[in-house]
Amino acid sequence: MQLRSWTPSRRETMGLGLTALLAAALAPCLVMATEEAVAAELKKLYGDKPMADGKIKLDLPEIAENGLVVPLNVDVESPMTDGDYVKAVHVFADGNPLPQVVTYKFTPQSGKAAASVRMRLAQTQNVIAVAEMSNGTLYTAKAQVKVTIGGCGG
Amino acid sequence: MISRRDFVIAAMAAGMLASGARGAFAQAARSGKMTQDDILRFDPVGTLTILHTTDLHAQLEPIYFREPSVNIGVGDARGLPPHLVDEAFLAYYKIAAGGPEAYSLTSLDFDALAGTYGRMGGADRIATLVKAIRAARGDGNVLLLDGGDGLQGSWSSLQTKGEDMVRVFGALGLDAMVGHWEFTYGAERVQEIVEKAPFAFLAQNIRSAEWQEPVFEARKMFERGGAKVAVIGQAFPRTPISNPRWMIPDWEFGLREEDLQKQVDDARAAGADVVVLLSHNGFDVDRKLAGRVKGIDVILTGHTHDALPAPVMVGSTLLIATGSHGKFISRLDLDVKDGKVAGFRYGLLPVFSDAIAPDPEMTALVREIRAPFAADLGRVVGRTGSLLYRRGNFNGTFDDMICQAMLTERDAEIALSPGFRWGGTLRPGDPITFEAIANATAITYPACYRNMMTGQQLKDVLEDVADNIFNADPYFQGGGDMVRVGGVGYAIAIDQPMGKRISDLTYLKTGQPLDPSKTYAVAGWASVNQGVEGPAIWELVERYVAATGTVDIAPMASVKVSGA
Repeated sequence: MQLRSWTPSRRETMGLGLTALLAAALAPCLVMATEEAVAAELKKLYGDKPMADGKIKLDLPEIAENGLVVPLNVDVESPMTDGDYVKAVHVFADGNPLPQVVTYKFTPQSGKAAASVRMRLAQTQNVIAVAEMSNGTLYTAKAQVKVTIGGCGG
Repeated sequence: MISRRDFVIAAMAAGMLASGARGAFAQAARSGKMTQDDILRFDPVGTLTILHTTDLHAQLEPIYFREPSVNIGVGDARGLPPHLVDEAFLAYYKIAAGGPEAYSLTSLDFDALAGTYGRMGGADRIATLVKAIRAARGDGNVLLLDGGDGLQGSWSSLQTKGEDMVRVFGALGLDAMVGHWEFTYGAERVQEIVEKAPFAFLAQNIRSAEWQEPVFEARKMFERGGAKVAVIGQAFPRTPISNPRWMIPDWEFGLREEDLQKQVDDARAAGADVVVLLSHNGFDVDRKLAGRVKGIDVILTGHTHDALPAPVMVGSTLLIATGSHGKFISRLDLDVKDGKVAGFRYGLLPVFSDAIAPDPEMTALVREIRAPFAADLGRVVGRTGSLLYRRGNFNGTFDDMICQAMLTERDAEIALSPGFRWGGTLRPGDPITFEAIANATAITYPACYRNMMTGQQLKDVLEDVADNIFNADPYFQGGGDMVRVGGVGYAIAIDQPMGKRISDLTYLKTGQPLDPSKTYAVAGWASVNQGVEGPAIWELVERYVAATGTVDIAPMASVKVSGA
């Protein structure tokens, strides 16, 4: 398993809350990933192979409670037999400095293709999962996670 | 269950399902003022009654509370209740202007009608209504539920960390509550309350961060009126974002729809005839959720302070909105047959304090609770020459007063004040007591900071907060109303995406555009960060009001709204 993240900066004690503001303030000095960057990573892995929607259940909060540790559960619907199993699941974030979040490799002995991780998200962005099946077909799923400074209590 | 086509039946049609309109408001239309009997008049249905209070914000005594004149609905909620105000509200619900209904449900002619109909709420008036309904229906047939934000919002609740309201709820015979502002007393205090309170504290959507285990009881089964009623609790899902996460560092919230569906299914499997969601999601979130989670009969909504005289229906789920600050209690009679809801009748009972005889036991309890703080509560600090109110999507005049206090007392160029929905209304000529100030400011993180911010940073803050209110998808909304500003004006295009809503930021002192790269001195309060330094906001406001003598504030004209 490979985890990538960017170096944390201290949360500033200013304004209303401000994880996002911090990200916004830092944005000029960091080049954030884009959809194109994610596409480029995928091209490196799988060329121009088509990807279908479905099979992947991506469980993410709509709004991150803490952008530093956003919980992700990914679960791919598939038998895990020698002839038919999930080989790998890649997770990307299109608004982080580096788009790769994590890659999981599975074998039939894994029993099921499910995993959980906590990742850092620098700003509101899409999280994209791609599953590679043993026969080479690819599936993808995408969800937006909002990283916010908050909404004034209510 | 009937099919859930996500349609919203007009309120009057919902009333007809219950076979006939209810008494209180109709009576009052004929006779002018309401009497206690008018308020309690109700043609019962079935054998089960659910009573609902919510967002009391620890208001023990009757107060004035002006409903919003700006409450913008976005996306699918555009133009629908609860996003109708004033004339549009009256037209939708076929309510006459100038009567007690219009007074309690809109902001129209507020000061004059307040003179006629008086203050609303009060724990002892609520107690009278609850006792009368229990007596009429039979004790074992009534379920009393509170939707949260009950233990916070007053000086006595802040000083006692919610103990005042725990006692009041205990005396009312509350069966269960949920939470939001309650969590700002910190994890330890919340757990202490849960352990000793004589009522259930329910929350299906809170997990321990480390092990993802439930922190609170998710649901409770009550047997009332011969029916098994499962009540599932839903805490405010955005608490760690809208309020300080550091006060509840080991808890994670969220909507947790799938877990909720499982709770509903488990409740049915355990024999529930009726499934109630006691929710602090906010109305639009609950409306969306009602179309996605199957099998909920009733959602008792909260958080957004909406008072609706009739239920909103999504499929066969009833959404009830009981208002705030004790202005109303909801009565819902359910006719349960063969393990399901066969019919209902609903009434939003207005708590007109002049019409309702206070319950002597509750009056005595409230007096005892308030006695230690009498000197602070009664201290007259100044006077208002204009109507001071808060509720609404943008600055209210009470917020403007707070912003003025920060600009003056912290020598700042710009002031930011949180978009809380709670706090009473003061009428022109009213004294400004310390209690009135505390009613709008009593929180556990009151420090007023002073920081330097660039014009660009300020815009980013406004954009971010605006998206928490006006995101077209309610699941991406959170928190309260728009952050209040002092010293600057701006234009907001509601229908634009995040980052493109805010424009024309103007520094009001010079009338010049705010410079994105220039640094301004900004004062604000209620920061969700730990270790914020500065004096408590109520001290600043008290100093400002005392120095001003009579406060006169016209409604703010420097926020320009479009795209609504």
